Amino acid sequence: MNKPDLSVQVGALSLKNPVLTASGTFGYGQEYGPIMDPSLLGGIVVKGISLRPMAGNPPPRIVETPCGMLNAIGLANVGLEGFLSDKLPWLQGLDTCVIVNIYGHTLDEYGAVAAGLKGVSGVAALEVNISCPNVEQGGMAFGTDPVVAAQVTERVLQETDKPVIVKLSPNVTDIRAIARAVEQAGAHALSLINTLTGMTIDVEKRTPKLANGSGGLSGPAIRPVALHLVHQVVRAVNIPVIGMGGILEARDALEFLIAGAQAVQVGTANFANPRASLDILEGIEQFLRNRDIDSVKEIIGSLKS
Amino acid sequence: MSSVDMNIYIASEQRTGLIKKNGIVCLLSKLLLLKDNKTMFEESTEVVFNKRVARNTFFMGFRSGPMADTSGPGQFVMMRVRPGIDPLLRRPFSICGVNGDVLLILYRVIGRGTAILSEKKPGDLLPVLGPLGKGFEPPDEAEQPILVAGGMGIAPLIFLSLHLARKDQQFLAGYGISPEIVPLDPLGIAGLSPTLATEDGSQGHHGRVTDLLESVLSVKEKPSAIFTCGPLPMLKAVAQIASGKNIPCQVSLESNMACGVGACQGCAVKNVPDSSKPYAHVCQDGPVFDAKTLDWEVI
Repeated sequence: MNKPDLSVQVGALSLKNPVLTASGTFGYGQEYGPIMDPSLLGGIVVKGISLRPMAGNPPPRIVETPCGMLNAIGLANVGLEGFLSDKLPWLQGLDTCVIVNIYGHTLDEYGAVAAGLKGVSGVAALEVNISCPNVEQGGMAFGTDPVVAAQVTERVLQETDKPVIVKLSPNVTDIRAIARAVEQAGAHALSLINTLTGMTIDVEKRTPKLANGSGGLSGPAIRPVALHLVHQVVRAVNIPVIGMGGILEARDALEFLIAGAQAVQVGTANFANPRASLDILEGIEQFLRNRDIDSVKEIIGSLKS
Repeated sequence: MSSVDMNIYIASEQRTGLIKKNGIVCLLSKLLLLKDNKTMFEESTEVVFNKRVARNTFFMGFRSGPMADTSGPGQFVMMRVRPGIDPLLRRPFSICGVNGDVLLILYRVIGRGTAILSEKKPGDLLPVLGPLGKGFEPPDEAEQPILVAGGMGIAPLIFLSLHLARKDQQFLAGYGISPEIVPLDPLGIAGLSPTLATEDGSQGHHGRVTDLLESVLSVKEKPSAIFTCGPLPMLKAVAQIASGKNIPCQVSLESNMACGVGACQGCAVKNVPDSSKPYAHVCQDGPVFDAKTLDWEVI
């Protein structure tokens, strides 16, 4: 039979397949270049970019937890200028959608980063991080209040000509309220979930294992929570949703697609298996082929109640 | 003992012989040591042997031609100790040597990951990513290499020592107690006999390996270069001694890591205050660093 159609549409963004890599887990794309070809993916979301370079948090920044990991990297990044001069040229050579994750400490900074990427070729879309748990400002503070989340969204939309995806935090009472506020502000799509805030303690030293105290939990440990929230948000809004949270294998990705996500992002799995995203893509194709399903679109949102 | 792990020294001798005979090979060898860290492979490798060599200490060989061909002393690999989701992350291990198409690692069982690894049998498959990171840079001919190992820190220094194959090199190794001492002869590593120090005095010098270093340096007139790997307090002491005497010092650090390739930024280590970047990353900028680039007050 013919190769199943894997292409999906996330608002104005056409992806050749529904598998992307998640921000913060795939660097600026080049790091894994020698062992996997990112051009085979639907897209890659690069490490969050701020107006100025960020040093990040003191170490230890990561610790393994049952079926997952906690991180408190603190959004260490090369800054807008460094990204444009040092990282973007390599990304422009890829045959895939490059989505730039952005964040700011203030509304103005969000606007300035978006403005700096306006008209830049090779950047397919922006993913606005309003959900990082590991920095005092410019992270989750913007993503836990519907009014502020809408303000950030509006500000970025004013400054950009690119599709805007807003990345939501799970660390809220009702994620649907934030999702609706961001949709009303004009966001083209949503991505979720960012990490869940967590903590672990060294009982000998009686100190937190992370220098930051707490961090963001990721990996398969959070997958059922992520899936539930994606399922909730898909039914609460009319804009497309990109699902993520602990996806390791094709079947995990299929759960999110069946729940209604138009695409998925693969994050922590990249660390365990640098080719995880490609294996997932292959697995989805195999799943469709084995069942004579012509297009992945037939799977998306096909959950039976 | 399997025949495969008997020939490490011979392999190294052959390499050295080539270096002496042929300037081009010498250049290639230097390039190998200084090579950029973008050559890496991800393979399901076969365990060739995995045996206990000291208290809680194991010596493992696994087969990967491409990694064996491109590994230099000081570089490391990321191993997935078993399939599935727990433990989820790969574990970093220093490469201890290369023999033909077999890579060697030396490790101590310190947690769940290494405990699982210690149960691997010949023929088991092990996903490995490597070689990773920036290794040791060889010293100038005029400099006498002094290798200072603490505990398991001996692993990359064995590789370096065999690779340098310098008759004038000094190899110092410190352990806590004698059951921890890794005997090199049973590893097939002939010709390396580090001067020992034990903190309980049960073998060699009674005290720390840094005492040995100070006594070696006190009688030296030739310029020297220090290469060290071990626990952080030891590295700090070695770096301090080197800085006090203005001796070049390369340290190999370890860190928690998720990716091993510079993508996650998890393995940050503090640079000296006036550097252009506040943090370096052990996986990409290291694991081997010039000691004077790091902020030892904070580390």
